[in-house]
Amino acid sequence: MNFPWLTTLLVLPLVGALVVALLPRASSAVRPVALGFSLASLAVGVGALTQFSAGSQEQFQLTEIYPWIPQFGVSYAVGVDGISLTMILLGLILVPVCILAAWEDVPADGRRQHTYFAMMLALLATMIGVFAAIDVFLFYVFFEAMLLPVYFLIAMFGGTRRGRAATTFLLYSLAGGLIMLVAVIGVYLAGPRGTDGFLLSNLEGLDLSVAAGRWLFLGFFIAFAIKAPMWPVHTWLPLAAEQARPATSVLLIGVLDKVGTYGMIRFCLTLFPEASQWATPVVLFLALVSMVAGALLAIGQNDMLRLIAYTSVSHFGFIVLGIFVFTTVGGAGATLYMINHGFTTAGLFLVAGMLIVRHGSRDIRDYGGWQRVTPVIAGVLLFSAMSGLALPGLNSFISEFMVVLGVFENYPWLGVVGAFGVVLSALYMLLMYQRIATGPRPVLAEVPDMTGREKLVVAPIIVAFLALGFFPKPVLDVLEPAVQQSLQQVGIQDSVPAVDTANAEGSGR
Amino acid sequence: MTEQFVAPAINYTGLLPLIIVLVGGLVGVLVEGFASRGARYAVQLPVAVATLVLAFVALVVLGPRSHGLTAADTIAIDGPALLLQGLLLLISLLALLVMAERLGGQQADTFTQAGASTPGSAEEAYAERHGASSTEVFPLSLLSVAGMMLFVSANDLLLLFIALEVLSLPLYILAGLARRRRLLSQEASLKYFLLGSFSSAFFLFGSVLIYGYAGSMRFGDIAAAVTANVGMDGLLIPGILLLAVGLLFKVGAVPFHAWTPDVYQGAPTPVTGFMAAATKIAAFGAMLRVFYVAVEGVRADWQPILAAVATLTMVVGAMLSIVQTDVKRILAYSSIAHAGFVLVGLIALDQAGISSTMFYLTAYAFMTIPAFAIVGLVRSSGTEASQIGQWAGLGKRAPWTAAAFTFLMLAFTGIPLTSGFTGKFAVFAAAISQGWAWLAVVGVLASAVTAYIYFKLVVLMWRGGDESGDTVVATPSMLTVFAIVAGVVVTLALGVLPSPMLDLAQSTAAFLR
Repeated sequence: MNFPWLTTLLVLPLVGALVVALLPRASSAVRPVALGFSLASLAVGVGALTQFSAGSQEQFQLTEIYPWIPQFGVSYAVGVDGISLTMILLGLILVPVCILAAWEDVPADGRRQHTYFAMMLALLATMIGVFAAIDVFLFYVFFEAMLLPVYFLIAMFGGTRRGRAATTFLLYSLAGGLIMLVAVIGVYLAGPRGTDGFLLSNLEGLDLSVAAGRWLFLGFFIAFAIKAPMWPVHTWLPLAAEQARPATSVLLIGVLDKVGTYGMIRFCLTLFPEASQWATPVVLFLALVSMVAGALLAIGQNDMLRLIAYTSVSHFGFIVLGIFVFTTVGGAGATLYMINHGFTTAGLFLVAGMLIVRHGSRDIRDYGGWQRVTPVIAGVLLFSAMSGLALPGLNSFISEFMVVLGVFENYPWLGVVGAFGVVLSALYMLLMYQRIATGPRPVLAEVPDMTGREKLVVAPIIVAFLALGFFPKPVLDVLEPAVQQSLQQVGIQDSVPAVDTANAEGSGR
Repeated sequence: MTEQFVAPAINYTGLLPLIIVLVGGLVGVLVEGFASRGARYAVQLPVAVATLVLAFVALVVLGPRSHGLTAADTIAIDGPALLLQGLLLLISLLALLVMAERLGGQQADTFTQAGASTPGSAEEAYAERHGASSTEVFPLSLLSVAGMMLFVSANDLLLLFIALEVLSLPLYILAGLARRRRLLSQEASLKYFLLGSFSSAFFLFGSVLIYGYAGSMRFGDIAAAVTANVGMDGLLIPGILLLAVGLLFKVGAVPFHAWTPDVYQGAPTPVTGFMAAATKIAAFGAMLRVFYVAVEGVRADWQPILAAVATLTMVVGAMLSIVQTDVKRILAYSSIAHAGFVLVGLIALDQAGISSTMFYLTAYAFMTIPAFAIVGLVRSSGTEASQIGQWAGLGKRAPWTAAAFTFLMLAFTGIPLTSGFTGKFAVFAAAISQGWAWLAVVGVLASAVTAYIYFKLVVLMWRGGDESGDTVVATPSMLTVFAIVAGVVVTLALGVLPSPMLDLAQSTAAFLR
């Protein structure tokens, strides 16, 4: 038997969470232990990566399948393809960074610090679970379980309106998730049923009636659209991002929201190819609206954290666009963008967090000229902003370019609108930087520049910007086969226009 | 008059658990009469616990061997009956342990010493001065449990009615025995009694109509008449609906729910837990049998009506729960919403419907008892602090209790890896597989709505800041601790490893006719 890489990855952070939670009340070891467990998980993740072969014929690798609730057809089944493995690695890299970033966020009185870092580790475990599950029910379990650590991270640690923000987040997610539950049950009943009827491999290529397929597709899609978040169900995100700690927001937007777009690829596309193509026009429309509306809202925003949240709405629109144009280059671009956006958001939120700690205000109007006060922080902010607007040579450029290319292949006029969105992103990023960092030197009490710990926090992110910007090929090599496979399941051999295939399939039914 | 009366054969081994509980109850009554005031508690509690344990052992040992209809086909000993009886015994055991809590005092803490006296009267003061004890709750509960056990295995409308009264009457009294806020409690008792009597009357009227239609009260005969289509259909459907009113009242389904919040709030908290958990099991058990065995043949007529009731129940229960400010009322409205979820499973009308309903009942009962037990422990200056504002910051002062309550709230919400989720999944899956997907959609939306209030409670307990409250968690004795821990463990087990219980529910999901 092979080494259970994924189960180890799941269990290790959970054990860490328990250990952290049970440390003695006055212990000073909370933060080092949490960091240690997250780094150990990262090491296991790298180990798993070495066992993964990009060119393999198997759809999922490192699989482990055991029966769990045979009465419902549920198995404990985990496995990864290129997309899920890179998403897991993204989480594994960002969690230690976030723990380090949140190092001084929570005072060590009582058990609050224990709770905060235990929740972070628990969140890591559920994140890994959600990306590694290849059983629809198991995916659903992690999808819902994931809400809890985030809920507590927002509800217990955050701004003055954190309770409301957490509840809004929870209700949106739960409503979406529960609608998905009906679809999850529906998929099982439409499938082969039996003791392993929830295995993804047993559910692909189901012979659904057109109407049933579309209803089930909607059930999944609504949940993922809320998670992603797409316009018009994005409204929980700015509130959550505004009230949560920056480190929480990094994980929330950087990794968790990717479950939305990941789910679209993994479940919507592969389980309901016909319905996916049927819904494409509407989805593309919503994606474009998300892009433009998110960008415009970001431009008009004075709250730093809200601004970053709105840029994410815009970027998620872009990712969905890439997924639903149904071309390999678009899909690969979108999945690569998911990784890049994770790092970009992390950079922006963490720098914003550093600024807020120093100045005590989230309002951009209270800043100005900080380049002269804290040149290093301003420099990292500029770097992150450049990554966000996809400057060539930085990470987002390649993926954005690929998505636009993919869009042009199938829908030239949509490509024009997409390119317009890219221009808008330059506007809000540069505006933000201009208003925060440029101008005359502000009258301020002595403000320290970036500390050693903070440099350690941003270093991996900047390395990622550059590495993914100059040399994305290894990541693309891992992603592309998985994207191709999922497109094949939709019934598309690369750039054949999606609409034609839909018609051909439709007449065959 | 040529027919000779033949005494019906009675399967006493099959009925032994029921008999044990009845005898235990009667012994309890004798103890009340003969034991000295000081010794009663020390005798009653072991008697009650021993009765329930013994009955449970008898059930497990003898039950599977004595399948069949007995007592002239008026009692069915079959899978669902045995499973639900066993469940009732276990739940009642936990509930009794919570009722016995004295919080270090000499009195059962939550019960008044003088139930019959007017609040604030001289009699009450006299009883208190003399250390009167309220140990009558033990025999009363046992008698109620006996009624419930009969309720889930009755195969005859008349016996069902008798069981209904046997289970209800002790509850009416128990509801009025709260030690504090006596008026509220007595009002609850009276309200429960009056409305309960109305519903019993409806039930009886429905039975009569069905008797008029089928010429018999036995479920088997009714089912035969329904298939044979004897005419007089005008009696059947109204009969079923009136019967349903009586049963739906007991589970607190909308629009027969109006009593629930007031009674739940007014009754002593451990009794509320007992009512919420055990009465629901009994009433749904009877409902399953009536609908699946007796009148399944005309399902097309009553299924849509039940579906409408289920929809209303879920929506109203969820909507009203979120505006409550009293923890007991929140749990009351949430119990209404949960009744709606169970109804969704019941409507599926196949084996999965039976097993999922039974699973949900199990899950719900095991989270309800500890939840109410915890509510009973949260106190402010000597009385229960059931206003949600009083719960602020509880997590800091009593982290373990708060953690247990948080976990139970997750289960109420239906978050995966708790029994609440498995139960919801089971009933919704059963409903969807029978073409009731829209009902499941309503159900999940209602769950999302109820999540708001559960999480509001949770966040209130855990968020820092408000230290002004004087609310504390009383230190419970081992009795309550056991009940809470058992409930939480079962809630977790049914969420993480539900297979054995699902197996049990599925293998017993067949009614005898």
